[in-house]
Amino acid sequence: MAGETTTEGHAAIAEAAGEHGVGFPPFDATTFASQLFWLAITFGIFYWIMKNVAMPRIAGILEDRKDRIAGDLSEANRLKAETDAAIAAYEQALAEARNKAHGIAHDTRAKLKAEQDARREKAETELGEKLKAAEAHITGIKTEALSQIEEIAGDTTSALVEQLIGKAPTKTDLNKALKSAMN
Amino acid sequence: MANDPIHQFQIQKIFPIEVGGMDFSFTNSSLFMVLTVAATSAFLIFSTSGRGLVPTRVQSVSEMMYEFIAGTLRDATGTDGMRFFPLVFSLFMFVLVANLFGMFPYFFTITSHIIVTFALAMLVILTVIFYGFMRHGMKFLKLFIPSGVPGALIPLVTMIEVISFLSRPISLSVRLFANMLAGHITLKVFSGFVVSLSAMGALGIFGAILPLAMTVALTALEFLVAFLQAYVFAVLTCMYLNDAIHPSH
Repeated sequence: MAGETTTEGHAAIAEAAGEHGVGFPPFDATTFASQLFWLAITFGIFYWIMKNVAMPRIAGILEDRKDRIAGDLSEANRLKAETDAAIAAYEQALAEARNKAHGIAHDTRAKLKAEQDARREKAETELGEKLKAAEAHITGIKTEALSQIEEIAGDTTSALVEQLIGKAPTKTDLNKALKSAMN
Repeated sequence: MANDPIHQFQIQKIFPIEVGGMDFSFTNSSLFMVLTVAATSAFLIFSTSGRGLVPTRVQSVSEMMYEFIAGTLRDATGTDGMRFFPLVFSLFMFVLVANLFGMFPYFFTITSHIIVTFALAMLVILTVIFYGFMRHGMKFLKLFIPSGVPGALIPLVTMIEVISFLSRPISLSVRLFANMLAGHITLKVFSGFVVSLSAMGALGIFGAILPLAMTVALTALEFLVAFLQAYVFAVLTCMYLNDAIHPSH
């Protein structure tokens, strides 16, 4: 099989040799000038198209995409920074408000305590005065009552003795008897 | 003639043009060069015409090619090498599409001709030499004198470096040419087996299954090779350009 192919190959080479002068087509120097000429033209045009049309276009597309992604990322970063700032501001405001509330509560408590203390002191002073007045009043009444007890007791005793014996005792006896009884 | 694996590489004149004894005829090779350039340019331009922020499928293919080559070049040469991006991208796309076009039946494979791959390789090497001397002057020759080599060894090492430098255009062009040529010949031979065996009756048809399976497998392999060789060409171009940009290694 291979032998047949080789024979046919040889025949073809012989035929080609008759046509071009050299057997194996890639080594046929008579075609070199034409191939080089057309390669130079086509590859030259290809290079020009690649360099000036196709590649700048692809580069532009890739550049746009890169810029867009970079832009989106920086926008996201900016928004994140804004959010962080807002959170920080909120927390600061919250802390301030808390401090303020604390201060207000403290002040109010102090004021109320002072007022209360003052009122209580005033009330205590008034009560003390009233107590003293009442004690003085009581002492007065007591003294008066005690001074009248002797007289009432003398009168009562004299009346009782008169009923018992029909005759009023003398003032001197009465006083003596009262004194001994009251002691 | 149909089974001849060499026939597919023959150059046929379409419009004979002759200037001063030189043959500049428009041939099937020229036709496929024009088709390669037209198809690639049209694809890259029309796929990106939407300029979509969110790419369509075809647009993302173009973007992927662009970023793939940009990444390869940047890795090999650094940001300095990006001035050669249009050259490397053009070479890669041209070779890739030419290789892939070669996979269509009855299409001519322009990269299966040594003169084409050699011309592309020389374009790379001449760019390296021209840019190397333009940017570094005589210091570009430091490329051939590696630093840290003992004095006695310098002539020997330099000779090896010069030979390796001179063999670059040959290895670069032969690699692509030979891969394309060998792949297409193998494909043609195996598919030729299928045709000739199946013409031999029932047993022949049964016997043709194996070469048919081989042809299918080789077709897949050739698509891989078509891409891989274009990539290898681009990567080596990047590495050689790196020598022009940073000659002392």
